[in-house]
Amino acid sequence: MLSIVEIDYGTPKATSKTTVELQVDGKTVRVPQGTSVMRAAAQAGINIPRLCASEMLDAFGSCRLCLVEIEGRKGYPASCTTPVSEGMTVSTQTPRLADLRRGVMELYISDHPLDCLTCPANGHCELQDMAGVVGLREVRYGYEGANHVYAKTPAGEANPRFVAKDESNPYFTFDPSKCIACSRCVRACDEVQGTFALTIQGRGFDSKVAASQDNRFLDSECVSCGACVQACPTATLSEKSLIDKGQAEHSVVTTCAYCGVGCSFRAEMKGEDIVRMVPNKDGQANHGHSCVKGRFAIGYASHPERITTPMIRAKISDPWKVVGWDEAFAHVASEFKRLQAAYGRQAVGGITSSRCTNEETYLVQKLVRAGFGNNNVDTCARVCHSPTGYGLKSTLGESAGTQDFDSIEQTDVVLVIGANPTDAHPVFGSQMKQRLRAGARLIVIDPRRIDLVRSPHIQADYHLKLKPGTNVAVLDALAHVIVTEGLVDEAFVSARCEPEAFAKWRAFVAQDKYSPEAMEAETGVPADLVRGAARLYATGGNAAIYYGLGVTEHAQGSTAVMGIANLAMATGNIGREGVGVNPMRGQNNVQGSCDMGSFPHEFPGYRHVSDVATRALFEKAWGVPLLGEPGLRIPNMFEAALDGSFRGLYIEGEDIAQSDPDTQHVTAALSAMECIVVQDLFLNETAKYAHVFLPGSSFLEKDGTFTNAERRVSRVRKVMAPKAGYADWEITQKLAQAMGYPMHYSDASEILDEIARLTPTFHGMSFDKIDQLGSVQWPCNEEHPNGTPVMHVDEFVRGKGRFMLTEYVPTSEKVNAEHPLILTTGRILSQYNVGAQTRRTANVMWHDEDRLEIHPHDAEERGINENDWVGIRSRSGDTVLRAMISERMQPGVVYTTFHFPGSGANVITTENSDWATNCPEYKVTAVQVTRVNQPSDWQKRFHAFSDQQQDLLEQAQSADTLGPA
Amino acid sequence: MNIERLVTMANDIATYFTVEPDHAVAVEGVRDHLTKFWDPVMRRQLKAYLEQGGEGLVPLAREGVEKLILPPIAGN
Ligand code: SF4
Ligand code: SF4
Ligand code: SF4
Ligand code: FES
Repeated sequence: MLSIVEIDYGTPKATSKTTVELQVDGKTVRVPQGTSVMRAAAQAGINIPRLCASEMLDAFGSCRLCLVEIEGRKGYPASCTTPVSEGMTVSTQTPRLADLRRGVMELYISDHPLDCLTCPANGHCELQDMAGVVGLREVRYGYEGANHVYAKTPAGEANPRFVAKDESNPYFTFDPSKCIACSRCVRACDEVQGTFALTIQGRGFDSKVAASQDNRFLDSECVSCGACVQACPTATLSEKSLIDKGQAEHSVVTTCAYCGVGCSFRAEMKGEDIVRMVPNKDGQANHGHSCVKGRFAIGYASHPERITTPMIRAKISDPWKVVGWDEAFAHVASEFKRLQAAYGRQAVGGITSSRCTNEETYLVQKLVRAGFGNNNVDTCARVCHSPTGYGLKSTLGESAGTQDFDSIEQTDVVLVIGANPTDAHPVFGSQMKQRLRAGARLIVIDPRRIDLVRSPHIQADYHLKLKPGTNVAVLDALAHVIVTEGLVDEAFVSARCEPEAFAKWRAFVAQDKYSPEAMEAETGVPADLVRGAARLYATGGNAAIYYGLGVTEHAQGSTAVMGIANLAMATGNIGREGVGVNPMRGQNNVQGSCDMGSFPHEFPGYRHVSDVATRALFEKAWGVPLLGEPGLRIPNMFEAALDGSFRGLYIEGEDIAQSDPDTQHVTAALSAMECIVVQDLFLNETAKYAHVFLPGSSFLEKDGTFTNAERRVSRVRKVMAPKAGYADWEITQKLAQAMGYPMHYSDASEILDEIARLTPTFHGMSFDKIDQLGSVQWPCNEEHPNGTPVMHVDEFVRGKGRFMLTEYVPTSEKVNAEHPLILTTGRILSQYNVGAQTRRTANVMWHDEDRLEIHPHDAEERGINENDWVGIRSRSGDTVLRAMISERMQPGVVYTTFHFPGSGANVITTENSDWATNCPEYKVTAVQVTRVNQPSDWQKRFHAFSDQQQDLLEQAQSADTLGPA
Repeated sequence: MNIERLVTMANDIATYFTVEPDHAVAVEGVRDHLTKFWDPVMRRQLKAYLEQGGEGLVPLAREGVEKLILPPIAGN
């Protein structure tokens, strides 16, 4: 079912600049060439009846309801498949058309149940609407004959055509008795999502929809994106929440709080209750599509485990004590002041998260810099994309991706390195697949055979299956081919880049040691594949690079990012549509949290704290002197905690005890601190080490903005009151006040206004501007009042582009006899990061535990069978998971996800980190894998500790008569 | 802080700049990186360590650390 507020124009918008004029029912309309007659009519306010057409899909022409008469043409063409032409005269309503349409509807209704009043789609069913529109008054065929509607024939026998409801998917049902075989669902799955999970089987009256090989939905290829549910004109495919709750009465536009695609949604509401989330057709990042997380996995927001009252305790072995907000604020303020008085101003700090809004992150760093008086603030982007910031700033001059998502429509060669868009950025993954099916070429650089390498109607031209940890070697080899085979775009380089740096770089990568042949032994990639990929990238037309954490989370993460920027500059693939360097951001607001100055060395807008003019600007605005020296990064905070100089930490929305590497080191550091304040929805892993818990609000309970991977700033809108009473920005503000630092925002918009005043790339940004334009890509200022889809157009942000030298340095994490395998980590579609949200939804039906993927050869050597418990040991620690034998892995490499805390994936990862930013080397850990029959010691301790903490929480809750049960 | 961690991190930085053909630029690269991204406490500790011998620091790291200009100790 379509959104309750959207209008469907029937066929996709045409993009042509040439326009055509025609007459529809006597009205004159002018539309772009290539527009369908149906859409042209809709634009003139004339709705032609239709069933198989939808704006999200290509016209199909199967239902024959949208017939029209066109002067000078014979017959009754379908308006959805007929393009307009100059001077055309169309009649949409004639007696003959009315007859034909009634005939069509009569056939449909004769094989459809008549239980409209109790149907979940009642009032928003397109079949019902069409019956009304064409004036259907009787159905002459009766219901006794062949039908799909009734389980039994009138004689009481089983009806062979009847198929029972499929309720296997946790979020939607499929009721074939209501299906009109319009194939909108099939086409949505193919064209929009690109999964090809549905088919129409049979012909004519026998045709029916089936999920792959007649499986139940849950057992099929279906990834539960919901595109088919949205496309279905009847109640055949319906959200379970819609069936349970009935239809929404209002709808609010907001932004998904999961991944960096930043999909725009309409939250369809009944009062403060969400009936369903429908992706916004006008959403500029997602154009009406979404994935299973954003559309369906929102139940965590009302999960019973949410904590809604502040709590404090003196020691982590004490039960929690429920307190009022004022007491909690006063307690934190007095603790932090005490710690600063005893151990120095540097003894406390704060961590913000990519899950926070821009406004929240801005306030946390402001509280730290102005309220605590130091620069000890960091964000979880430290552990994912900090190398992107460093690498792109050094080469291009700005710490952000260069394009918008739609730029891919102009791309001829897509290069994906260390990213898995179909799992981690599903909606953009679908857009990428559309472009690939339409003919763009594809290069994948990844140790695993990710889905993109081969999926329906897509086959990568090159898959460079490199050994983990050799990204820079492969990038240098690609550069070597480009330089030595004369593939450099000399005109671009001489006009746009620093000549000395380029000359140095050219000589550097031209060295024989970087030839694909010389690198082959190191990278494991056959030289001819590298040469082929380099030639394709350099000469195949518009080439765009998409990269993810498989690039950044390495000891040479920053070097690899610079290597990527070098390739783009050398081939002139930057500064226009269809090209560019695109970091795929993991969490929803990674870009925003970095933009907002949450790194210890820089103010909002990536300005170093030592910059005198910037500091003066902030000192004046904030009314206090500010420090001009960088503060502690997250791993530095841990070290400082262990040596006793860092004692108090305010953490908003981040779960470092699960997400950061070398868990035992992290928990030792947390245990060494005196006052840890966690602001979150749940008692997460870090909160188990906390002394103060401040209950936060979900994205549904507050106002603010998120910035997605394409620098697009979109609104988050409050659709219900905060469950614990305050939006997160209000909590930070109250904390600041309690510390004696004044903050007096009455609304989140005032925070963005302050950011805009103080940040040149945000000068033109405001809630009003975003409301007007839907969303805005920064820079948004005097020069770019409506934002900037493509950056570095005429010149680079830093002026001239700078080539950086990128020597390949093998990681110190090496396999040896004791640890002969390489472990690399990643994520999957249905779960999100540490899983605190998605684990509390039905998404666990797709992924209920983290597994160790291992190649059959390595498994056999160790006597490991599918589902066996296996111990994984590194020099940091060990854990136990169940094995999954998989040829997606190369021999010698094992893989796991990190969505469940008890899996302990990060017990194994080491303290190794990127040289420039200390982003951890999650992607390469030397391990041994053996068959075992019991959990690891760490897991036993973990479970005992978790159980104890759960008890301490329950004690608090039973003591609190007003709190949640 | 754990001095071994600081030494490893400083060496990682120096390793990146080793490839720079102009030695003075490389030394400045290390110094500048440490100054921009390291808390003064860590810089101070590393410099003091170097002054006591600086065992384990690679040559380019030694030179970069040597050139560090330390800010006065921040008051409480
Ligand atoms: S939910 Fe998505 S993947 Fe599943 S059948 Fe529908 S469109 Fe296809
Ligand atoms: S399930 Fe819905 S969209 Fe699919 S063919 Fe049937 S009526 Fe059409
Ligand atoms: S998780 Fe990402 S792709 Fe899925 S709906 Fe949310 S923003 Fe879109
Ligand atoms: S809407 Fe045109 S044929 Fe169905």
